[in-house]
Amino acid sequence: MQKKLQIDLSTLLASLWLCLMLLTAVTAPLIAPHDITAMDLRHRLSPPFGFGGTVVHLFGSDDLGRDVASRLYYSIRTSLLIAFGATVISVLVGTAIGFIAAYFKGIVEHFLLLLIDVQASLPFLIVALAMLAFFGNSLPLFVALMGLYGWERNARLARGLALAAGSQGYAGATRQLGAHPLRIYLRHILPNSAATLLVAATVTFPEIILVESGLSFLGLGVQPPMTSLGVMVGTGREYITRAPWMLLAPSIVIVLTAVAVSVLGDYLRDKLDPTLT
Amino acid sequence: MTSLLPYIGPKLLRAALSIIVVVTLTFFVLRASGDPALQILGPGARAPDLAAFRQQWGLDQPLYVQYLRYLWGALQGDFGNSMLAGKPAAELVLERMPLTLALMLPALALNVLIGIPVGAYAAMHRDSWIDRSVMMLTVLCFTVPSFVLGLLFILIFSVTFGLFPSGGADKWQSFVLPVLTLGTGGAAVIARFTRSAMIEVLSQLYIVAASAKGVTWRQVIYHHAFPNAIIPILTLLGLMLGGQVAGAVLVENVFGWPGIGQLLVISVGNRDLAVVQVILLLVALTMTSANLTMDLLYGVVDPRLRNARQGSH
Repeated sequence: MQKKLQIDLSTLLASLWLCLMLLTAVTAPLIAPHDITAMDLRHRLSPPFGFGGTVVHLFGSDDLGRDVASRLYYSIRTSLLIAFGATVISVLVGTAIGFIAAYFKGIVEHFLLLLIDVQASLPFLIVALAMLAFFGNSLPLFVALMGLYGWERNARLARGLALAAGSQGYAGATRQLGAHPLRIYLRHILPNSAATLLVAATVTFPEIILVESGLSFLGLGVQPPMTSLGVMVGTGREYITRAPWMLLAPSIVIVLTAVAVSVLGDYLRDKLDPTLT
Repeated sequence: MTSLLPYIGPKLLRAALSIIVVVTLTFFVLRASGDPALQILGPGARAPDLAAFRQQWGLDQPLYVQYLRYLWGALQGDFGNSMLAGKPAAELVLERMPLTLALMLPALALNVLIGIPVGAYAAMHRDSWIDRSVMMLTVLCFTVPSFVLGLLFILIFSVTFGLFPSGGADKWQSFVLPVLTLGTGGAAVIARFTRSAMIEVLSQLYIVAASAKGVTWRQVIYHHAFPNAIIPILTLLGLMLGGQVAGAVLVENVFGWPGIGQLLVISVGNRDLAVVQVILLLVALTMTSANLTMDLLYGVVDPRLRNARQGSH
């Protein structure tokens, strides 16, 4: 009895935190008290409110006197937006490749499966870094690159779903009625697989946030003047002794979000789909 | 040994194929990323200079000739020179290899030496307060990204308490924080996994049977439960290596550790393609051989696997 209550409490807290993040991302332009590039040179490295700072800079200010709170809100917005766009791309690309493999079979399928295996055996961060070296960096390119994250998992899943659907009556029936393969896949198999693919997307989404912040932390992801959680951690690291809040504010957001997603993910997995690992 | 061959043969072929795919993709992506002559000589270069450069580096040859040459060079360990250091890229990478291994191997040992006992202990004391608090701690440990964890360690152990240096690789104390950072997440994952593997094994009938016939609990754990739980843990170790490599890149950059990960980030920033390419291939080679080793170990540890194939024929 007590255990059940505990689980519910942590799940509740996790959902509350994620809602807060979502709200912050959506309303960032409204709630940010300062422009993210506005410098306040007379109040550089000012500590957060309650630690010797003023209400003007609630979470303190950075090396250029920019407001940490405002930058934090916008960082959350950027990180979530990139992760959202990338997740959509990842699921779309993965599903398309998975369906193509399932439809064509033979050599095409073998080749795609080989590609999937290769991608699965390489750490994504290394592949992403190599791509950034080869193609350079710009925001659309970066989002597209993040969209490659997890494509192999989604492709595997989509192929499995399509193969399973193919052995069921409805796909065969539509085929017998003379439907075009595109119609069968897009109008019949896709809607039937959507729920599982959506659950997979909820796994991909937080992982992309972490990869993005890692790359941005290395200075190879989101570029200034834009800011993201990783960018803030990267800048904050230079001032770790003099202004630890620059580092701590984004770090706490990353840690809490990652834990919340993990708690909520466990809960959802238990509730929705016990077979999914 | 002969019985292992049909088991390992297809896996070897697959590994070789993966490497070829990576090498080929790297080549074509490299060529697709732009004209190297223009990139190196700059957009203002004169046409005769460009032509001379292309001829010198064989860029005027048909693509398949370039590809075969590239393959031939790669086989001999020739991946071109680093634009930044003016040295062969392979040499540059291999120089830094010992330092990266000096981080990764202790971290891997930490994973196993902490993760497995902690997980096994938690499983044997299932639902006790120790079990619950350890499992909560592990969630925290494996969800926090390594670069954040590393910086928090620096903040606590270097800045606040001054116990360990925050960077560099000159004395033994410098190893502590990076290895700890790299090892923590993996240890947490292994602990959780070991716990569930042990719990599953402990619920099997043969454990009940062993206990019932009077085998001591210690014997049951060490001789009946543990050997069966170790198989999935081995697989996990193989799967975790990729995360460990990625983690090493971040951790090296957090601690200013002069290993391959730091070199990779510097090279990406400067678009030093030859070096990036060598590191990519090195990672691919490492991952493929690690997977292969895991498969092989798997076959050794679990006799059912290597016999399954023969049984079906």
